[in-house]
Amino acid sequence: MKIRLATVWLGGCAGCHMSFLDLDEFLIDLADAVDLVYSPVVDVKEFPENVDLCLIEGAVCNVDNLEILHKVRARSKVLVAFGDCAVTGNVPAMRNQFGIDNADNVLQRAYIENAQFNPVKPRQDGIVPALLERVLPVHEVVYVEHFLPGCPPPAARIKALVAQLLAGTEPKLEGTNLKFG
Amino acid sequence: MQLDDLNAIAEKHRSSRKKIIVRTCMSAGCMSSQADVIKKNLEAEAKAQGLDADVEVRRVGCMGFCGQGPLVGVDENGQHGLWEFVKPEDAPAIIAALKGGECKVQRGDPKHPFFAKQMHIVRANGGIIDPERIEDYIAIGGYKALHHSLTELQPAQVVEEITKSGLRGRGGAGFPTGLKWGTVAKSPGAKKYIVCNGDEGDPGAFMDRSVLESDPHLVLEGMAIAAYAVGADQGYLYVRAEYPLAISRLQIAIKQAKQLGLLGAGVFETPFNFNVDIRIGAGAFVCGEETALMASVEGKRGTPRPRPPFPAASGLWGCPTLINNVETFANISAIINRGGAWYAGIGTEKSKGTKVFALTGKIKNNGLIEVPMGIPLRQIVMEMGGGAPDGRQVKSVQTGGPSGGCIPADYLDTPVDYESLTKLGSIMGSGGMVVMDDSTNMVEIAKFYMEFCMEESCGKCIPCRAGTVQMFNLLEKITQRKATARDLAKLEELCDMVKNTSLCGLGQTAPNPVVSTLKFFRKEYEELLQPDPFGPHSNGAAKPQAK
Amino acid sequence: MAAKTLTIDGKQISAEEGATVLQAATEAGIVIPTLCHLEGVYDVGACRLCIVEVTGTPKLLPACTTKVAEGMEIKTDSERLRKYRRMILELLFAERNHVCAVCVSNGHCELQTLAYSQGLDHVRYEYTFPKWKVDTTHNLFGMDHNRCVLCSRCVRVCWHIEGAGTKNVSGRGGKSQIITDLNQPWGEAESCTSCGKCVQSCPTGALFHKGSTVGEMERDRGKLEFIVTAREKKQWIATD
Repeated sequence: MKIRLATVWLGGCAGCHMSFLDLDEFLIDLADAVDLVYSPVVDVKEFPENVDLCLIEGAVCNVDNLEILHKVRARSKVLVAFGDCAVTGNVPAMRNQFGIDNADNVLQRAYIENAQFNPVKPRQDGIVPALLERVLPVHEVVYVEHFLPGCPPPAARIKALVAQLLAGTEPKLEGTNLKFG
Repeated sequence: MQLDDLNAIAEKHRSSRKKIIVRTCMSAGCMSSQADVIKKNLEAEAKAQGLDADVEVRRVGCMGFCGQGPLVGVDENGQHGLWEFVKPEDAPAIIAALKGGECKVQRGDPKHPFFAKQMHIVRANGGIIDPERIEDYIAIGGYKALHHSLTELQPAQVVEEITKSGLRGRGGAGFPTGLKWGTVAKSPGAKKYIVCNGDEGDPGAFMDRSVLESDPHLVLEGMAIAAYAVGADQGYLYVRAEYPLAISRLQIAIKQAKQLGLLGAGVFETPFNFNVDIRIGAGAFVCGEETALMASVEGKRGTPRPRPPFPAASGLWGCPTLINNVETFANISAIINRGGAWYAGIGTEKSKGTKVFALTGKIKNNGLIEVPMGIPLRQIVMEMGGGAPDGRQVKSVQTGGPSGGCIPADYLDTPVDYESLTKLGSIMGSGGMVVMDDSTNMVEIAKFYMEFCMEESCGKCIPCRAGTVQMFNLLEKITQRKATARDLAKLEELCDMVKNTSLCGLGQTAPNPVVSTLKFFRKEYEELLQPDPFGPHSNGAAKPQAK
Repeated sequence: MAAKTLTIDGKQISAEEGATVLQAATEAGIVIPTLCHLEGVYDVGACRLCIVEVTGTPKLLPACTTKVAEGMEIKTDSERLRKYRRMILELLFAERNHVCAVCVSNGHCELQTLAYSQGLDHVRYEYTFPKWKVDTTHNLFGMDHNRCVLCSRCVRVCWHIEGAGTKNVSGRGGKSQIITDLNQPWGEAESCTSCGKCVQSCPTGALFHKGSTVGEMERDRGKLEFIVTAREKKQWIATD
């Protein structure tokens, strides 16, 4: 039985996924061991049931992130906070410093003050998800089993963790493999 | 100044005393309700009613029953009367009552358990003498203990007497005073200092303020005796700026004592020199911690430093320094006058003497009390304090302020001494005693004290500075019904860590109110916790209910 | 000077009387994590990372301010100490805005290094995201309070190596901050000699050379030690 692997992209730059693709030939080994059942690089719309392992990139920034994360937690056995945005909030969470109105202020700055043409805040109910009052690291929303810090985590670090998980051992990262940033 | 001169002052003062003494409490509490106007009106009225030859209207310090203030006491032929809730316009009736006139002002009962169960050593002169007249203090035997120490005892004998008394530090920790004095006395160094810690900051505590306002010379005399015992010639009285009345009375007292040669160079015409200066705190709670206090006295930012070295070895400007609390110094002259053995006869095996408490909160009779150590908490709360008002039940008693804990009503039979309170997860502390009734939410109480510690943390060490913030945030989350069992576990883990890793006593004891309420009132916390649908066991097989 | 014999982590060592436990351990090759400690200035025992267990003492003691004593038995590394150290670091990360990915000190930061060396993989406490200012009024240096850990190294360096007394701590608790002169903008602080020792002393990216971008802010602590050694021992030795 292959391991059912999923990767999720919340509020982040996709750099962690890029780093994942940098796994090079390990990707071939990985393909033998896992079924990639959900990922930004796979064309599956609905997060499936009975996922064994899910890597989550990005911080929880908007209502869509929140909704899928709840689903991910309910349908996955093991979650990995994948990269600094998922682990710490990182750059997306910097807007939290601007207080309770930060979401509005950030939109104002980006889409009105800095707009050269057609200044308007994106708003389309049901299509453009509303921003959360505060950006949160993944573990502040759902329980997370393992943490893989780094911005992005280098491919070798991803391999170190994933290989241990595939081998069925309790994964342990040490030293610079835990470095933030 | 010699003993004869002292006796002459006392005698002159006693013989000039008038037949009737009308005592007006002019401590901060009663002053805030116009006690100064009351005194002025009483004086004018005594004159108007032709009684000024027989009546002395005297400014006195705290009488203790602060909840019933402003208080006016009357002494006539060895009889003592008490008027409560006095208003300035009551003056004519109170003076008329001296001649048998009718007076509708509420009469106090000196036999009330609030008074009857007290035992006065520290507060012996409070509400009796005029704190702004040194003659009043001398007339009741003041400065005799200092004279006796300087002329009859060797410094080591003074230390021995204090050791024999079993007196322990009244600032909260209860370190044996004699041992501390002996250590400073033996510390090598030509220059030594005495520091009196009057930076009383616990919410609900006003014992030291009352002593300083009511009997400043008692504290000065204790400091002088200590200086002689340890070989110091300079003292600092550190008083918080929030106590302006105490500061002004101390300034007056120091000036008077210097004029009479009871402070300064050659005290009682002996080679003993002792000067006292006042240092005023700038509003930081942490300056009650001894190393922070000393930094503040030195003119530095008031933050603590690691101990050792202890002040006894290296204190002010690196010199051996004896630092004691106001109430500790206030016990000294009585111990010298009546002997360490007498003092050791009061209290319990390990906690000797009396302790002053500020009895406040949800209680009928609130005010200042001085009771022998070992008295059951129940006697203080139920008999002296009269229990909770408005038909409510006493739920808990908080002792020791933000460093202390909440003792549940089930433990009211606990004797009040250092060890028993510690065993219950609280502390004696400096003497704040806040009673809570059954309408009190204990999680809110814990949050209140945590907020206090968070605001008062000096910011030097990380566990206290950042740990109190996180503990407060977790408590807030719990009270807002947003926390889960995982949050409560985090809170408990932080309590342990902040206690064990903080630099000074503020941080080391900051978790106490949480720990003690968790120990006795855990259910109140748990009732506020929310389910954790996305918690550790929400994965795979066991599907959680969506929110 | 008399030597004291003591045991650190089961290793028998001897140290000069008056030495601190931290000095004794370092000489014996035992690494104790530190943050507020800086070679060349006096210790304050504030960060609490160097706490150790001393047999017979109920309290944990900071290695940087505790003097060695004959027969002392010290543990620098126990499960409990490791847990407390991790918690202290978690508290620091949650206290201000430490965003390693965009920090000038990324890769050269003591807080970052401490975090991974102590096995910290995430922060369990809620980040507080306070709003702190960045002072760029000085023509050479900048101060980003968001990255400050209040170790007070810059203050001590400013007072005791440079002797300028420009830097200080103001405020209380979590609202404490490093100030220049009487809380003037750094560029207007007249007592500042622009010596840059504070910038060399900073463990994080709070103090930086203007113009440095992500990861570029490297420091040369050897300079501080060089000055102190020269002054105290009259030895003009560069450490590297």
